[in-house]
Amino acid sequence: MTTFFFFVLITLTALMLVYFYRVVRGPSVFDRVLGLNGISTKAIVLLVVIGTLFERVDMFVDISTGYALLNLVSALAIAKFLEEKGASQK
Amino acid sequence: MNWLAIFLIVVGLFFLVVGSIGMLRLPDIFSRAHALSLTDSLGAVFVLAGLAVYEGFSFNFLRILVVLLLVYLLNPVIAHATIRAAYRSGLRPKKKETK
Repeated sequence: MTTFFFFVLITLTALMLVYFYRVVRGPSVFDRVLGLNGISTKAIVLLVVIGTLFERVDMFVDISTGYALLNLVSALAIAKFLEEKGASQK
Repeated sequence: MNWLAIFLIVVGLFFLVVGSIGMLRLPDIFSRAHALSLTDSLGAVFVLAGLAVYEGFSFNFLRILVVLLLVYLLNPVIAHATIRAAYRSGLRPKKKETK
């Protein structure tokens, strides 16, 4: 089972690299925001997987809950800011 | 129980991989958001459900369910807010060229 969880960890990290490509190369600023949102969803899952691997889920689940809420607040703040600012962003 | 957990996690990883392929290949921000928001919430929910099943019916099961519910509720909200901001600041979906 440990091997399987290592496989899951490696796959999730590879997917995060794909999203990171979108963050770096995204044509508009919204692509970057969306890519960061994808990366943080993967990070939430990744934290729970790490917790299962170390058999300390009780600790890691709290961290990932906090990360989910922080992700919501930051993404909504950035979206509101860009919406108020108007004009097409490059 | 372990086989159910492995099955759920593999299904979730499949959805996540499909979502990231869409993120790489699709042409404009609206279709990319479509790919990301749908597959990402479903994939994360499947993986977290698999981990919860692997954990067994304990207190940790409920705590993982809380994270699952948060991801499932908040991911579409974030995608919708970002896309609304993109639309209001002047970006428009790419039309298919008509000959």
